[in-house]
Amino acid sequence: MKIGIVVFPGTWSDSDTHYATNDVLGINSEYIWHKDQSLKNTDIIILPGGFSYGDYLRTGAIASFSPIMKKVISFAKSGGLVIGICNGFQILCESNLLPGVLMRNNSLSFVCENSYLKVNNDSLFTNKYNHNEIIKIPISHGEGNFQADKKIIDELEEQNRVIFRYSSKIGETNLEHNPNGSINNIAGITNKEGNVLGLMPHPEKACEKLIGSDDGLGIFKSIITTSIQK
Amino acid sequence: MINEETLKELALSKSEYQLIVERLGREPNKLELGLFGALWSEHCGYKHTKKLLRSIKSTSENTLTEAGEENAGAINIGSNKAIVMKIESHNHPSAVEPYEGAATGVGGIVRDIFAMGARPIALLNSLRFSNLESSRNIQIAKGVVEGISGYGNCLGIPNIGGECFFDESYESNPLVNAMCVGIVDNDKILSAKADKPGDLLIIIGAETGRDGIHGASGLASQNFEETIELRSAVQVGNPFLEKLLIEACLEISNLNELVGMQDCGAAGITSAAIEMAERSNLGLELDVSKVPVRESSMTPYEIMLSESQERMLIAVKDNQYKNIFEILEKWDLKCSIIGKFIEGNDVLIFNNNELISRTSIEVLTSPPEYDLSKISKSYKNHKSDLTLKSKYNSFNKEIISSHLENIFSSNNIVSKKSIYKKYDHHVQTNTVLEPGSDSAIIRIKNTDKFLLFSCDGNSRYSLIDPKVGAEINIAESCRNISALGGEPIALTDGLNFGDPSKPKGAFQLIETFKGFNKACDIFNIPIISGNASLFNEGHNSSINPTPIIGAMGIMNNKTKIINKDFIKPGHKIGIIGNFWGSNQGLSGSEFQSFFDKETTGDISINLEFEKKLQDSIRKLVRLGLIESSHDLSLGGLIVGLVLSIEKNHLGVNIEKSVPDNWAGALFGEDQSRLIFSYDEKYYDEINTVLNDIKWEPIGSVTEKNINFENILFESEDLFLRYNKGFSTDL
Repeated sequence: MKIGIVVFPGTWSDSDTHYATNDVLGINSEYIWHKDQSLKNTDIIILPGGFSYGDYLRTGAIASFSPIMKKVISFAKSGGLVIGICNGFQILCESNLLPGVLMRNNSLSFVCENSYLKVNNDSLFTNKYNHNEIIKIPISHGEGNFQADKKIIDELEEQNRVIFRYSSKIGETNLEHNPNGSINNIAGITNKEGNVLGLMPHPEKACEKLIGSDDGLGIFKSIITTSIQK
Repeated sequence: MINEETLKELALSKSEYQLIVERLGREPNKLELGLFGALWSEHCGYKHTKKLLRSIKSTSENTLTEAGEENAGAINIGSNKAIVMKIESHNHPSAVEPYEGAATGVGGIVRDIFAMGARPIALLNSLRFSNLESSRNIQIAKGVVEGISGYGNCLGIPNIGGECFFDESYESNPLVNAMCVGIVDNDKILSAKADKPGDLLIIIGAETGRDGIHGASGLASQNFEETIELRSAVQVGNPFLEKLLIEACLEISNLNELVGMQDCGAAGITSAAIEMAERSNLGLELDVSKVPVRESSMTPYEIMLSESQERMLIAVKDNQYKNIFEILEKWDLKCSIIGKFIEGNDVLIFNNNELISRTSIEVLTSPPEYDLSKISKSYKNHKSDLTLKSKYNSFNKEIISSHLENIFSSNNIVSKKSIYKKYDHHVQTNTVLEPGSDSAIIRIKNTDKFLLFSCDGNSRYSLIDPKVGAEINIAESCRNISALGGEPIALTDGLNFGDPSKPKGAFQLIETFKGFNKACDIFNIPIISGNASLFNEGHNSSINPTPIIGAMGIMNNKTKIINKDFIKPGHKIGIIGNFWGSNQGLSGSEFQSFFDKETTGDISINLEFEKKLQDSIRKLVRLGLIESSHDLSLGGLIVGLVLSIEKNHLGVNIEKSVPDNWAGALFGEDQSRLIFSYDEKYYDEINTVLNDIKWEPIGSVTEKNINFENILFESEDLFLRYNKGFSTDL
């Protein structure tokens, strides 16, 4: 069992992710440099947060053309588990592994705070949570406003692919508890096949109670179980 | 003969020019004049502050650097780890172009930290703006916050704290002081030096462009009275490139071939290369044609003085650059060998092998030192009789309530969340206590240590009496650390002042150093690094003298983490020091400024008592005897109480009556006071710890409202005002 953490120039959540998976949970984790030729036989791929290639042009746009992304795309298409966190989510959308776009926050400002999320546990990435559990995970982004056309949103909802929604402490998912304007308070979704997850919040930053929360670990624990069962 | 216009552009005086001619034995050519302008600027040469800086306590048994010797100061925290920290201003650029000015300020201080081989682990900042009443002021404040956010967030360094304060004296000169903290193994601290003749000088990172020429001499060393069009003197930042530089430089720092590293900041290659040679007691040969440039036909003058961002200089053992270049290539960074260190003291500058300047390190780096005491003239904002109008001396419920509501609409009092929400404060997963309390706390992974940081200043006090103001500055920065259990072990200072060649400016600087020296002695703490930004004047007025102190504290990671917030009803409240403020304590207070529109009076602090107070509160925290702790400062007792209950929506019951001199009692900002909450069962133990210091239990935590025996303030409305934030959204 091995997790691969892809590092683009400008990525900064790589070491936080490595700390959460490797040091806190003890899952063998390895960095994959964007110029590397292979995914190093990893079982799970994580695209961590940051500002890949400076996010010039459009967030995630340049990274989606990076050589390593060709490997990630074929890995995902063959059923491999992929998680995109924050900038990683943006890259997955730009690579068409996930639908929709992440637009500028409706406040037009970067926002860093602890967000509460309502969890849909019917996914390979969340089976360790209770259904509708409320978890606390930090967000840190300027462009997390998820939007797509109505057909796609309907599809996401009908196919139960919205995995995380911004909510209040007690689970209200309304505009008041929406930090960026994303449609239906969407914070994270999966692809149709269910093996690719993108989310704006940073589960790796919620890895120990000492730093405010360890609610993010459930995602990594879920994928391990999933991956072992496969 | 040189014309005055040129000298003015370089911020050199006529007598300084004559000194240059005398020392060189000839007239300098244009390039050389540029070098002198840069190296003799206040920013690089410290000609007004060097004498004072020498007087400061800069070392302790734990310091690993001498102040001013390296890019930043380093202090040993045990477990073979050193903390490197420094504060730096980017005031003038931020006034001209707020976003880029503030952004590149962050970039510059971060480079100072990783130049020492240290990984940056925290940013803090201290901001000063004029009132948010004109569109220009709002634009500056917004631009600065966006700039810090835009640049800092891209780097993956948490921005864990700071302060923001508004006063009219910053109308022409907003202040942007950024502080960066880094960590490095004790035995891996890099020096900004070459080792021996033959070592290569290599530039890495951005290409050199025409931006920022005369930044150090023009922008940082003159006032704004006659200089309006300075836009080309402000640099433009590229945080993505900076992030690559951080990673590449830290990777390189592990190689034996690397000898030294230096940030290319103010005054560009000139200052960076020549300072490196000076520290190494070596001479220097440099060819400007080897510097990668952004535009064709740049002159040697422009190349030497450009302040293009995201560039570093490294010294490398002769011919052993192969591995270093490989790492740089991996990170897609440009580099070029631009010169080498040589035996002796000469500075030889070539352009395509043609010698275009021959000077010496000694002449270039020894600007005249000015003795400010000869210029200084006493200036204190005292008034013999503090005009405490009788209107503040008779108890009246309605008046007090309306003053309280008003003070909670002051931008200086309200929550600063709308600022720190724009900064990533979680990245690196070490933030144990987020911004919003007396200090921020981070853990150091794989050690048993927590570190605490604060960044603080009070320019009103420094305006009234710069010496006592400086003492209070250090006392309060340390109190912020001690309040949460940390032992303050190192300081860094940012000195923001007006024109030091004027009697008032000189006096304020000298007195500030006196105050710092006294406080450092009593607290036994060194100032390990710092920065001076002088000439903050415009429209015939100077800023309030604004020293800023960044403080670091340390504590064991088993210590119970507390913050300013009361936890639950039923807990008791205690105070160390005087419970009620006094009329004298209104001197320089928010109350005085808000309602009487003045900053006058008498300020004082008893540093011996302050030290005892801090020792005591640390003991209480470490023994786990208390639930919260908060120092009383801006806004006095009443604001301190509201801040203690706003987060958890609680109330307090105080078993005392507000006295007739209610303004002083409730809003006086008398020093050395600290409130804490505790569980009654620990009363005896607390009393034992506090047996030789003035303290008293004053009441208890309740569910809502602030209840004195003779007056009740409804708390919900105050919470709303506090949390609404600034009058204009930043």
